[in-house]
Amino acid sequence: MDHLTPAAALAADPQPAQGEVRLSQARLRDRGVIGSVHVRPDVDHHGLSAEELERRLLELGFVEGAAIEVIHEGAIGRDPIAVRLDDMRVALRRHDAADVVIRLDARSAAR
Amino acid sequence: MSTASARIALVGNPNSGKTALFNALTGGRQKVANYAGVTVEKKEGMVTTPGGRTLSVIDLPGTYSLRARSPDEEVTRDAVLGQLKGETPPDVVVCVADATNLRLVLRLILELRQVGRPMVLALNMFDIAQRQGLRIDLEGLARDIGAPIVTTVATRKRGIEDLVAQVEAKVEALAAAGDLDVPNTWHEPSPAEIRRAHAEAQRLMKAHVRPAERPDTMTGKIDAVLLHPVAGLAILLALLFVMFQAVFAWAGPLMDGIEGGIGALGGLVATVMPDGLLQSLIVDGLIAGVGSVLVFLPQILILFFFIILLEDFGYMARAAFLMDKIMGGAGLHGRAFIPLLSSFACAIPGVMATRVIDSKRDRLTTIMVAPLMTCSARIPVYTLIIAAFIPNQTVWGFASLQGVVMFGLYVAGITSALAISFIARRLFWRGQVEPFLMELPTYKTPDPKSVLRNLWQRAEIFINRAGRIILPLMVLIWVLSTFPYPPEGATGPAIDYSFAGRLGHLLHPLFAPIGFNWQMTVALIPGMAAREVAVGALGTVYAVANAEEQVGTLAGALSADWSLAMGLAFLTWYVFAPQCAPTLAVVKRETNSWLWPTVMFAYMVTLAYLAAMGVYHGAVALGWG
Repeated sequence: MDHLTPAAALAADPQPAQGEVRLSQARLRDRGVIGSVHVRPDVDHHGLSAEELERRLLELGFVEGAAIEVIHEGAIGRDPIAVRLDDMRVALRRHDAADVVIRLDARSAAR
Repeated sequence: MSTASARIALVGNPNSGKTALFNALTGGRQKVANYAGVTVEKKEGMVTTPGGRTLSVIDLPGTYSLRARSPDEEVTRDAVLGQLKGETPPDVVVCVADATNLRLVLRLILELRQVGRPMVLALNMFDIAQRQGLRIDLEGLARDIGAPIVTTVATRKRGIEDLVAQVEAKVEALAAAGDLDVPNTWHEPSPAEIRRAHAEAQRLMKAHVRPAERPDTMTGKIDAVLLHPVAGLAILLALLFVMFQAVFAWAGPLMDGIEGGIGALGGLVATVMPDGLLQSLIVDGLIAGVGSVLVFLPQILILFFFIILLEDFGYMARAAFLMDKIMGGAGLHGRAFIPLLSSFACAIPGVMATRVIDSKRDRLTTIMVAPLMTCSARIPVYTLIIAAFIPNQTVWGFASLQGVVMFGLYVAGITSALAISFIARRLFWRGQVEPFLMELPTYKTPDPKSVLRNLWQRAEIFINRAGRIILPLMVLIWVLSTFPYPPEGATGPAIDYSFAGRLGHLLHPLFAPIGFNWQMTVALIPGMAAREVAVGALGTVYAVANAEEQVGTLAGALSADWSLAMGLAFLTWYVFAPQCAPTLAVVKRETNSWLWPTVMFAYMVTLAYLAAMGVYHGAVALGWG
């Protein structure tokens, strides 16, 4: 399978539905519930298989239905980000967060 | 006694207070070793139960899943599954959970249940859970997970007797039942299975845990400052500044004390023993050799004191977060920050500290560049050469030129480390990047006793290394520098006639293109023991006694004999060259292969040679030859 470069992948990103946002694109204070965690196999995950990345995300609690809020951003390129995930805090790079889709709550969606 | 003993394994998420519980259980009765064939630390301790049974407890590395990703997690998996080489499987697994953060550990418990070993759940940090008004239906939860639950506060030794009693009950039940008849059904879970386990954990949470009435807000408040894009980085830099001040200023008197002690011991032995080969071996080889490494112990301990304190507080994950983008630009993982920082004191603890990096590739890259950080053994060399060749004058109105050169050497080390890792990533790992996924733990007040215990263990490990790896190397280098003796009536320094001297002369044509004279080349050989030994060796070849105390005299001799270009070439060589056999030995140990120390030696020598050649010829062209 041909792997897209990260830039090409971003360009080809299927836009999530209304009121949803990819965690990689989420802004500070965006809040909601995780809608889906389906890591796309046709995108380059820096050499990691899509299934492996998905399992790692799931193991750390990025699972459908979990409450999530972006609470911190790094200084350079707003990356990495820290999120509150149910009762814990997790840090990750935006690149690895592309396939975590958040259903924003009404307040975040209206921003 | 052996019939009464049983093996207990502690398993849990990172940051669950597992090690604190291990300390509370075993007290001082513990030892740190390595698992056979791997570089993961094995912490084992003993508990005697009120019934007189001896329990051997092992503290396994923290993990979120038995599906291991790092060498540490593999040990946990294999130990639990009873597949670890040279280890018998545990009789009882104690799963340690942070009572305030149960969700992920419940999923781990579901995995552990598949393994089928008797299990006890220790709900640790239960006082914090109570303070937060978190209600847990212990009986219901215990019924659902099929394991007894004990609430503990490891830092205050609460619930420990209860835990021991529950474990003993399990051991007795096991002994009565004969053998385990619960089959091990564990396998690596697929994404779908992880989702199902999460759903089950969620169900358990809903059924048995009522959310905290007063959840912790302190961590959020502290993070608002410490993870602030500007203030957070400023605080990190300030912390580093304080650490460095401490490493270099506080350690000074202690290092002088150790040097004095070693010197006095050598002197004492020299007066007691008759002159001769054995005396020279013990005084110049063993005592001086081990002393030259032990002298770094204060710096290493101060550095580890800060690292352990910040780790226990919960800050290290934040430091990795703040540094990830900067490190990532060079192809390094955020977690590489701490090992590289440690390498400023000494590359040996730095290389040892790379164990926190999960991915093998990231860990190797970090190990490879760690010796490029300016370790404190380079300082005596830098100080000597700078004193000899750089005039003590003020530049830009305020800065000392010597200080600027020193700073420049540090910068050269850091930038070359970043450049090398960047190139390694592009060339060898073909752009593969490990994901940066990390829990930011709740902040906790470090427990002084646990910090001290941990520090003591670091000291023991370092001293052990000094004994087992460094000692034989020192003896080898002593042999090279001592034999054969100078002929009768020889006029030059004795080292000139030794193997080291001959090797230096033999190698000299190789080093002539980078401006080295034969004395410099000879000094490089004993300098393989530790970088600063080169100062003593230069003292020997230039016949300056006590070179380390008489830097002024030696610097005078050097500035009379070398050109500025030669001095700069020597400095440049020391920025890059792998002039440290102990580091290479530790790399061999940590990577379990001769390949990586060989690669390290080769690339660093090449780099040092090319850089020194460039600097030498550049300086000659500028008329400094």
